[in-house]
Amino acid sequence: MKFTRRETLAVSGAALVATVLPLKLLASTSDLISGITGGAEASGDGINLTAPEIAENGNTVPISVDAPGAVAITVLAAGNPTPGVAKFNFGSGSGAQSCSTRIRLAGTQDVIAVAEMADGSFSAAHQTVKVTIGGCGG
Amino acid sequence: MAKGVKPRVKVPKTAAAGETITIKTLISHKMETGRRKDGDGNVIPRSIINRFTCAFNGNSIVDVNMEPAISVNPYFQFEATVPEAGEFTFTWYDDDGSVYEKKKSIKIA
Repeated sequence: MKFTRRETLAVSGAALVATVLPLKLLASTSDLISGITGGAEASGDGINLTAPEIAENGNTVPISVDAPGAVAITVLAAGNPTPGVAKFNFGSGSGAQSCSTRIRLAGTQDVIAVAEMADGSFSAAHQTVKVTIGGCGG
Repeated sequence: MAKGVKPRVKVPKTAAAGETITIKTLISHKMETGRRKDGDGNVIPRSIINRFTCAFNGNSIVDVNMEPAISVNPYFQFEATVPEAGEFTFTWYDDDGSVYEKKKSIKIA
């Protein structure tokens, strides 16, 4: 079988699309935020996300979120196979709307926190964490 | 029931009325993500703790929905106000249906 120049270009073009597509499937930070807020605008105030700039081990990355007056905080990792990490719902006995935990990150990516305030508005914060060794097994 | 699950909780023994205290919890659990493969290439099924709650005298303090992205031996640190003497109840819910519970009482100093 012999390829003409035109056919060769078409085949290589299709191959290029096939390799680029999986990257497109990884949800972007803003898409994930609007997925939580239901399309509503999220301000950047009133929420603090603390995560290390560089995490040597993606298996345990310490993070903490703090959003005074929030009823719930959702934490997402944009580059993980499943972006959801945890949702913290704060009850009436909560002293401060903050929580610290340790999460897994598959690689260098954005960690996102979205807080739902008592009045129904949303605040979002995100930070890029560089991961030296990913934590999703394989 | 997953093996070797042991909840640990750190709560001060006493507090002033209305004081905000810091609570630390840790539960030993392997938190299998469902993405790892064993030596033969078979996927190891997911087995995680999917929910953690803490309540004081029946009032919810925090209720966490957890995904596989939470690390091995899930650790949480959070804050609670103590209006009166009473008891904290910590509950972890496993994928396999097990429920692990731990209680800690606190006195007013």
